[in-house]
Amino acid sequence: MKRPYPSYDVLAKWDTPSFDETTRAVLAKRLTEVPPRRFFTEDEHRLLEAVADRLLPQSDRREPIPIAPWIDARLATDGGEGFRYDGMPPQQEAWRLGLRGIDAEARLQFSQGFRELGPGEQDEVLRRIEAGEVDDREWGGLDARRFFRHELLTAAVGVYYAHPAAWNEIGFGGPASPRGYVRLGFDERDPWEPELAR
Amino acid sequence: MTEAARAKDGRAPDIFTRGGWVAMRQHRDAEPVDFAIVGAGAGGATLAAKLAEAGLSVVVLEAGPYWRPLEDFASDEAEQHKLYWTDKRITGGDDPIELGGNNSGRGVGGSTVHFSMISLRFRPEWFKCRTKLGYGVDWPLSFEEIRPYYVEAERALAVSGPVHYPWGPFRGPYPYRPHEVNAAGLVLARGAEALGVKWAATPIATVSAPRGKSSPCMYRGYCNFGCSTNAKQSALVVWAPRALAAGAEIRDMAMVTRIGVDRSGLVTGVHYRREGVDRFQKARNVVVAGYAIETPRLLLNSACPQHPDGLANSSGLVGKNLMTHAGPGVWAEFDEEIRWWKAPPNMAVCEHWNYVDEGKDFHGGYAFMSQGPFPMAWAETVSTSREGMWGWRLREEMLKYNRMAGFVPVAECEPREVNRVELAEETDQHGTPIPRVIFSYSDNDRRLQAHSIRFMSRMLEAAGGRDLWTSTDTSHLLGTCRMGDDPRTSVVDADGRSWDIRNLWICDGSLFPTCGGVNPSLTIQALACRIGDRIAAMARRGELSAAAAVR
Repeated sequence: MKRPYPSYDVLAKWDTPSFDETTRAVLAKRLTEVPPRRFFTEDEHRLLEAVADRLLPQSDRREPIPIAPWIDARLATDGGEGFRYDGMPPQQEAWRLGLRGIDAEARLQFSQGFRELGPGEQDEVLRRIEAGEVDDREWGGLDARRFFRHELLTAAVGVYYAHPAAWNEIGFGGPASPRGYVRLGFDERDPWEPELAR
Repeated sequence: MTEAARAKDGRAPDIFTRGGWVAMRQHRDAEPVDFAIVGAGAGGATLAAKLAEAGLSVVVLEAGPYWRPLEDFASDEAEQHKLYWTDKRITGGDDPIELGGNNSGRGVGGSTVHFSMISLRFRPEWFKCRTKLGYGVDWPLSFEEIRPYYVEAERALAVSGPVHYPWGPFRGPYPYRPHEVNAAGLVLARGAEALGVKWAATPIATVSAPRGKSSPCMYRGYCNFGCSTNAKQSALVVWAPRALAAGAEIRDMAMVTRIGVDRSGLVTGVHYRREGVDRFQKARNVVVAGYAIETPRLLLNSACPQHPDGLANSSGLVGKNLMTHAGPGVWAEFDEEIRWWKAPPNMAVCEHWNYVDEGKDFHGGYAFMSQGPFPMAWAETVSTSREGMWGWRLREEMLKYNRMAGFVPVAECEPREVNRVELAEETDQHGTPIPRVIFSYSDNDRRLQAHSIRFMSRMLEAAGGRDLWTSTDTSHLLGTCRMGDDPRTSVVDADGRSWDIRNLWICDGSLFPTCGGVNPSLTIQALACRIGDRIAAMARRGELSAAAAVR
């Protein structure tokens, strides 16, 4: 993966007018206080880590962005968007059913638990779940497709792209209060914005 | 779980200083006020200011916090999730509406705290769309009746927009000059000019020059996550301070669970919970302004022997005719760097298909705007719109972030009774039944959206975009307590007053008989200004006391 903004580090703006005290406090917590496991069992947590590692592989990173701990933290307080789709169980139950379903599909397809599979096989398990090619008996009434797309993938992606390391990767300006931006046109950048590699 | 209230002991947070306070008049629960208003958003806060300025006593009960933007609003997408209504809800139907952050607010200012600030008037014909355009239902109001209140709301919000807006009847310049259009907006401009249709700098409620204690917009781009500099003219910044200055009380962290009713069937006040204590505020009149889900939910949850089907519901229409705006997005990659996260998210607008009726295979209209999604929201759109968009493929796709641009319409949906808000058996943290929202698009809705996708795609390509793809979304919730001329086919009259219970009123987006093809907040505020003037006039003539005298 060729990074468009290799020299950019949004956190280098920490002590500049782009960061205010409120934002610094929020980001300090995200960077240093990764929450301990409270909701999932140890097995479920390891399984979720393995799944998240396929949804957002990070073998290129020395320090991967933690994903499973933040999903666990959300579920521990039953937080999130609050609403659920008609027919879906409450989210805490949905996640337990969903993880169990993923492992069950792995066993049906490859006779091994999801964590024991290689990356290619794991991707194949997830691809089939995304396409709804599952054995409904293994999902306890959960809509596997909807769980994959609107719970699992959305949650994992949200955690990843909430992290400053992901902002560096895609060239997002990041915190901008009180100083916003001045140059708004095509190919224009303020000196405090990411610089494209030439 | 109890969160501490801030607005008490004779003071409310000063939104313009860190840790500051302003004086607030307070009422005792047992002292009947002229008006108890449920909800402090675009409808409730606006009406509170108008009624208090007319000399009426007002208490507003808001379920969420009283924010101080300067210290409470971080420049962070995830943290600002706290601005949304995230109580339990169920969403269903053929096209279930995504709720949560998409279309709700919690806290003084309601969803205007995180809205995109787009402040457009309805096309005049929409108020009589059945008579003049052959679809939907007529409003009990004409454009001429609401026009002065559009002017009032635009001035109150100091809307920044063009000197000459190219659609609709002559309106003169907007109160403040337009903002510079960012590159994402210039994509729309370029495409529109290539296709030979008009475009404009979007009229938005963030100031382009200093105004009172608001400094000009800094183009941070975090508008959908709360404005930390108070440039945004939200209900929190505009109407709440006016309401307090005129003597209204705004009680934050006060969740109304039920409306009280006396033996004659009139309302007596509101049951609410604040800091873990159940209380009852007496009132001569109650206004429900909780938006199109919570408003019908409260009316239905207040069912009693005098009103067994819920309050104001003799028509059976409370909760019915739910509308949203469809928002199918079209996205493309460009050669230039656009960096759409700079400046407010929707700097350019095209209302062509709101004002042209020829060449359509559908009723209704749509506006569309340029976009500026932030990383979490964008990653969700990217990953959920196409199969297989996860893993390395997703991370690669996200690298195009700064070279993407796109359009999303505010696409009109027909009012239909099958689309509705009802009560589920499950209860929330207060023991109150939660709402179930049921929504499906009609064939007309689908044709309209298909047209918008075709047209926006042509424009995006004409602007130089390539590798187009589409997404689905919705915004806004409207219509579940419609206003009308006939008690059999509407919940309230043109003043928002219940046909059944003459001291019960509604003032929010649930009033809309149809939803038009523009964002609703300006029309909600214009309606609230009008309802405020109407109530003040009725009060002066003694027409409100008849209901109150029963007690």
